[in-house]
Amino acid sequence: MRYLPKSPADREALLKAIGARSIDDLFAPIPAEYRLQRDLKVPRQMAESEIVDWYRERSRENGDGYATFLGAGAYYHYRPVIIDSLISRGEFLTAYTPYQAEISQGTLQSIFEFQTMICELTGMEVANASMYDGSTAAAEAVMMAVRLTGRRSVVIAHSLHPEYREVLATYAWHQGMPLSAAPFTSTGRIDLKALEESINSDTACVLIQSPNFFGTIEDVAAIADIAHKRGALLVVSIAEAVSLGIIEPPRQADIIAMEAQSFGVPLGFGGPYCGVIATREQFVRQMPGRLVGQTTDKTGKRGFVLTLATREQHIRREKATSNICTNQALVALMANIFMTIYGKVGLRELAKQNLAKAAYAAQQFGKHAKVLFPSAPRFNEFVVQTSEDPYAVNARLLGHKIVGGLPLKKFYPELGNAALWCCTEMTTRTSIDTAVAMVAEGERSVRAGKEPETQGVAR
Amino acid sequence: MPYPTDFRYTKEHEWIKTDGKNATVGITVYAQESLGDIVFVELPKVGSEITAGKTFGTVESVKAVSDLYAPASGTVTEINGELATAPEKINKDAHSAWMIKVTLKNPAELNSLLSAADYEKFIAEEAGH
Amino acid sequence: MKHMTRKATRHVNQNEGLIFEKSSAGKAAWKLPPLDVPEVDTAKLLGAAERKDLGNMPEVSEIEIIRHFTRLSTWNYAIDLGMYPLGSCTMKYNPRVNEVVARLDGLANGHPYQPEKISQGALRILKTLSDCLIEITGMDAITLQPAAGAHGELTGLLIVRAYHQAKGNPRKKVLIPDSAHGTNPATAAMVGYSVENLKSNPKGMVDVAALAAQMDEDVAALMLTNPNTLGVFEQEINKIAEIMHAKGGLLYMDGANMNALVGKVRPGDFGVDVMHLNLHKTFSTPHGGGGPGSGPVAVKQTLEPFLPKPVVITKPDGTLAFEYNRPMSVGRVRAFYGNFGMFVRALAYILANGPDGLRQTTEDAVLNTNYIRKGLDGIYDLPYSTPTMHEVVFSDKLQQKKGVKTGDIAKRLIDYGFHPYTVSFPLIVHGALMIEPTESESKEEMDLFIEAMKSIAEEVQEDPQMVLDAPHSTRVSRLDEVAAARKPVLRWKPAS
Repeated sequence: MRYLPKSPADREALLKAIGARSIDDLFAPIPAEYRLQRDLKVPRQMAESEIVDWYRERSRENGDGYATFLGAGAYYHYRPVIIDSLISRGEFLTAYTPYQAEISQGTLQSIFEFQTMICELTGMEVANASMYDGSTAAAEAVMMAVRLTGRRSVVIAHSLHPEYREVLATYAWHQGMPLSAAPFTSTGRIDLKALEESINSDTACVLIQSPNFFGTIEDVAAIADIAHKRGALLVVSIAEAVSLGIIEPPRQADIIAMEAQSFGVPLGFGGPYCGVIATREQFVRQMPGRLVGQTTDKTGKRGFVLTLATREQHIRREKATSNICTNQALVALMANIFMTIYGKVGLRELAKQNLAKAAYAAQQFGKHAKVLFPSAPRFNEFVVQTSEDPYAVNARLLGHKIVGGLPLKKFYPELGNAALWCCTEMTTRTSIDTAVAMVAEGERSVRAGKEPETQGVAR
Repeated sequence: MPYPTDFRYTKEHEWIKTDGKNATVGITVYAQESLGDIVFVELPKVGSEITAGKTFGTVESVKAVSDLYAPASGTVTEINGELATAPEKINKDAHSAWMIKVTLKNPAELNSLLSAADYEKFIAEEAGH
Repeated sequence: MKHMTRKATRHVNQNEGLIFEKSSAGKAAWKLPPLDVPEVDTAKLLGAAERKDLGNMPEVSEIEIIRHFTRLSTWNYAIDLGMYPLGSCTMKYNPRVNEVVARLDGLANGHPYQPEKISQGALRILKTLSDCLIEITGMDAITLQPAAGAHGELTGLLIVRAYHQAKGNPRKKVLIPDSAHGTNPATAAMVGYSVENLKSNPKGMVDVAALAAQMDEDVAALMLTNPNTLGVFEQEINKIAEIMHAKGGLLYMDGANMNALVGKVRPGDFGVDVMHLNLHKTFSTPHGGGGPGSGPVAVKQTLEPFLPKPVVITKPDGTLAFEYNRPMSVGRVRAFYGNFGMFVRALAYILANGPDGLRQTTEDAVLNTNYIRKGLDGIYDLPYSTPTMHEVVFSDKLQQKKGVKTGDIAKRLIDYGFHPYTVSFPLIVHGALMIEPTESESKEEMDLFIEAMKSIAEEVQEDPQMVLDAPHSTRVSRLDEVAAARKPVLRWKPAS
């Protein structure tokens, strides 16, 4: 086996040194009746070239070469090539958690820079070293609000990513945290009046997303006022991190739970991604997840260490702020490099291109179908309502090697034939025009009372 | 070890000093030595109730957290705010770096606590194994 | 220094400030293509929601970024540099073909919501990996959704709870041995269970009589790591499982130490009902400085209905699909389907090994550990003489006499060109040195390690202060963790 650095003679020498007759001696502690007497039924050992070929085949079966209008919590942005050059260095790739600070300064300093940039972008005072993803970060942020306020219940915007809401329901299940929903209005924004009524003296926090699941930017200041007036905290989830380049961050929030996938992390069929929690300094001891702090060594030289570890499971065990034991260090490093590349000016220009593409697309779609929630500002996503089933539109588009918007029936049946479309800097005008033409074609056919031509509706 | 004789002690290494119904609570020199450098102290709010034998806060070193146990029951009247920014004061002088002041519910509870001599005997045994 | 090391020599590495200290207005490392749609009036579109300023975000050029992160990287130790014997972390070689296949366009750029028709490649990977892991563990069904080991524990205990709930009583507590990892009790608390500690016997194994006495109808599960954190296989595992099952409890196995078992014994065969795996340990996905991990949870058939949704199914026409209609499911534990990129890598590792390679890997891991154990026995105190599998735990009892503790020996090991072992864990060994070499170490590398550890033991006798002041060869040494915790500085701020 090519990963194993021992010859048969080496193995013999080791056994001899140990004083064992055969390798079986070393497995003697395992009761004989449980020892496996056969080969595992897994594929036979493959050559590297065979492995690459097998995966190339899988890659071809997986939408390789398709343009996409999908967003909804996972965004297709350009990834500058130096991200992979740098994260492929073995010193980053094959290192472990930086517990031994003296030989982990590279990882530690880069996390410190990550924490700093997340603070700059979110307007918060402290940020952790990252967490699993945006959905679990939101759940952890809510549990943090429960600890901070001593209250139990949570009000969740219905315009929060539906899968984030599902994760939250799972996490809340055994913690005695009643969840209630705050609806959205015809503007796509949260219903402030309904929100106000749903907050009571047991509400630990209000959880919203902005830009929300429909791409609409919430009136965070107004929501924060309502929450704070009743002693509840405001938790804001940000799923599209690039929005921070041109959208005012939710500075009025008490906790921000974000997904940094947009910052240079590949779509990768849903993961690994990069959740982050950012908050005010006064709440730091209730924040879950790893933290890096600056200090000095015995000669006075600046250096970095993991700090405030007493919040964590390996010390506090069942009383810990969370059971979380890792961050997403390598993915956070991707995000860190991405933020460094675009920086102060580039991030704004990048966000502006996203804004322009989405604005153009929404305007074009609007000529033929209904673009919902037109009155509130939005970033790079919008909802198009058609007469035709969006799955049918998408099936035709697939023939052009384009993946259309996400049909919303599964998540929001009340919106009818609606789909969530996303445009990033990667979306070309040509594919926008093609998609618009397909929608227009469908609308014309439906109006004329006949089915447009579809080869099998893919769901 | 200079353990003041006008204090009473718990087996969890808190000290308490009383003046009628008013009491002051901290942790012992022995406790701060076994914890090492103290980096954070979490104390209850003024006005909250503490119960003898139950936890009222925590004290943290870099790699350990210890619960603080109330020597007696009562109402917290004051907390030592200085410890929030200067927890090292406990390491420097544990017996003057008090944590909370309490109005006692039942001063007789103190009778079950250790005297300085008994406490010194207790920690000698504890350190022995 | 008389005992200077054969493995390591000093080499120059460069100073490097924070990236913010290199920033100046007008530098850039980015270039966007010309916009092919009309420019927009941001003020008109966004109104008050428009952001005007990005604060102290850096402005630097590409070459500066390359040098910045390359210089930082040289300050790290890594598996690629040498042995990384962290116990229970399984720091094995991270094969490079894994990285290549994970970056193939269709896999790296696949969107989680793209139609299933054009997701068959990803679904095939999920299915093939699931089948392999089910076979390796001897379980019946699996979810790949959890993002890390601790997340897997959470999922596993949610399943345990749902199972008991479905039978009418969720039960109240979870038993956890005193040798367990801290995530176990933290997880139990998150699922609403109280934690009851289980004492180890003098051999470092579960005290079966104590378990029998503690087990009752309030206990939902026992969370057992096997081999445990001492590297000891629980020989009475059949009795443990029997005791649990007799009172309706479940046996949860923390699979952190699965590297000792793959291809040799299957947890499903010795009575485990639910377990998690760590793909970043046993299955070679890179640790990446502390993540991403991946923590699949495998279960027996009775627990299958409770797995998170969605699960992958095969349709009558042979294509694969996600199934969401699972009324008994614990729900989702994460958005989308888990850390897919890690699935690609773990499966590539399994394919590169095959059944023979997986077995040989396990044998080599156990062989290596026993070689190190033999080499250091007597030089360091071995508190439990029970045979060990893939890791071994010594204590600093002999060195403590000179005032040197496990943490100090660890720091000195850095000067010898090794990453330290796991320090002060498991908690049942006072002053623990927990060593797991994995299969990836050659005899030569292990001989250097044994030599280094022996040499340090001598130094402790001759010049303990030198060991207490270690490391001597690193950029920074003995950073002030107390100051960092007392007055946390968690971000850079410009000098005002």
